[in-house]
Amino acid sequence: MNAPAPIVPLASDAIPAGPVVEPSHVDAYVELERATVTYGRAPNLVHALAETSLRIAKGDFVALVGPSGCGKSTILKMVGGILRASTGFVYVAGREVGAEPVRIGMAFQNPTMLPWLSIRDNVMMPLKIVPPFRGEYRAKRKTEFRDRVEALLAQVGLAGFGDKHPWQLSGGMLQRASLCRALVHEPQLLLLDEPFGALDQFTREELWAIMQQLWITRRPTVLLVTHDLREAGYLANRICVMSARPGRIVDDRVFEAPRPRTLAMTYEPDFVAMTQRLRELIVESRGDVPATV
Amino acid sequence: MSSNVQRKIASVALIVGLFVVWEVLCLAFGVSDSVLPRPSQVFVTLWQRMPALWPHTLQTLYTTMLGFVLGVGIGIVIGVLIGWSKLAYDVAYPLLVGFSSIPKVAVVPIFVLYFGAGTVPAVLTALIMSIFPVVVNVATGLATTEPELEDVMKTLRATKFDILWNVGLPRAMPYFFASLKVAVTLAFVGSVISETVASNRGIGNVMMIASASFDVPLVFAGLFILAALGIALYGMFSLVENRITGWAHRKTEFAMG
Repeated sequence: MNAPAPIVPLASDAIPAGPVVEPSHVDAYVELERATVTYGRAPNLVHALAETSLRIAKGDFVALVGPSGCGKSTILKMVGGILRASTGFVYVAGREVGAEPVRIGMAFQNPTMLPWLSIRDNVMMPLKIVPPFRGEYRAKRKTEFRDRVEALLAQVGLAGFGDKHPWQLSGGMLQRASLCRALVHEPQLLLLDEPFGALDQFTREELWAIMQQLWITRRPTVLLVTHDLREAGYLANRICVMSARPGRIVDDRVFEAPRPRTLAMTYEPDFVAMTQRLRELIVESRGDVPATV
Repeated sequence: MSSNVQRKIASVALIVGLFVVWEVLCLAFGVSDSVLPRPSQVFVTLWQRMPALWPHTLQTLYTTMLGFVLGVGIGIVIGVLIGWSKLAYDVAYPLLVGFSSIPKVAVVPIFVLYFGAGTVPAVLTALIMSIFPVVVNVATGLATTEPELEDVMKTLRATKFDILWNVGLPRAMPYFFASLKVAVTLAFVGSVISETVASNRGIGNVMMIASASFDVPLVFAGLFILAALGIALYGMFSLVENRITGWAHRKTEFAMG
């Protein structure tokens, strides 16, 4: 397979982005160690992910950007325990993934609400399944858990919508509810797979602010997969750029702007220069497409 | 709402109109009632013979419902097993298709051979008629769970049973209730076929005997009873379906922009 990905800190950039100081093996909350993923059998083998190593500190907000089909979602699925690494290891909280009962929240581009449940019951679903809430679900679902869901819904601007059904809400509202569902069981790890990808620009920007607020107040470790470079810059502390399939990390940078960040910040020259640079890296990594844009 | 009422009035008018046309054509062409009785004659026969027909009606209803309930129960179990596991689906599906493609009337003689003429073959025929639609629909409902939703559940470390109970079965409900409407009408077909072939009770048997003695109005009276029962049961299960799985028929007029 390929050699470990060279990490290219770009010192020439005039923005407060710097080389990454990766947490040590001991401190890393999420760690990929020479993990690869291949699908299929010998003649039709698909290398989804080339050998990738990545360490993420606890409470960090990391964005994965890259061209379509580069294995960003594959990384997310490995960390979430949905997919096993073909070779190498994936650790969460110092243990191999799946061994440790880490609470994980996940949200996708598609809000995947259950149409037969009210928004409140949808958001409450993880409490019904994840220990230790699972055992208390029957006793507390009408009291403490209900209040918790209401508080969370209020925080994302959905106060009073708990009794509605999914078909009565717009796409943006459903995505807020989906974020609530990903957070209601107080996950230590939050995995977001293009959660704002299907939304219009204004709704998306609104949800960035909400997401940032949720992260600041709860401080889960977040791994965000996105196509939107402004989104990555607005939300993340650290941005990893991946190459085309088989994906590997070609650039990894820390982006230290003060929080809470504002939309105005995303139009400042430094920020624009950084997203421009990320864009170039992605276009270069695609290779097959002429890099004229 | 008003267009809904209009539609209902229109469909009632269609039914009444059909009867009127039937009546008028029979009168106009002087069709003998031993060939095609007029609807009015059929209703008179129904009224006059009801005391004699009623026990047979109950018998047919009883065998149909018993076979239907058992068939649905078995259908749910098989459907869940097949929809749950890809392996079970692949292994059992060819057998099910083969089984379902046998004309069910062909198995009645076998049931009669084993259990004698009467109630049991009718119940069993209704049962096997109603199994297949339930199996197919439940299995389909379970198999169409969104993969992303399953990923959400897996990251929550949900067990297979959690997923089945919280996601799979509710998702399969609309399919299941849709299949009940089909299954109950098929159960009727099964029990009446069996009664016609081998029974001394039931509407099927009444129609058989009536046609043997050229009592054509009575044959049609039996037919009307079957139609009425079929419509009643279909309507009942439609109602249940709407009450329980209304979420599947999304009321888009409430959607917000």
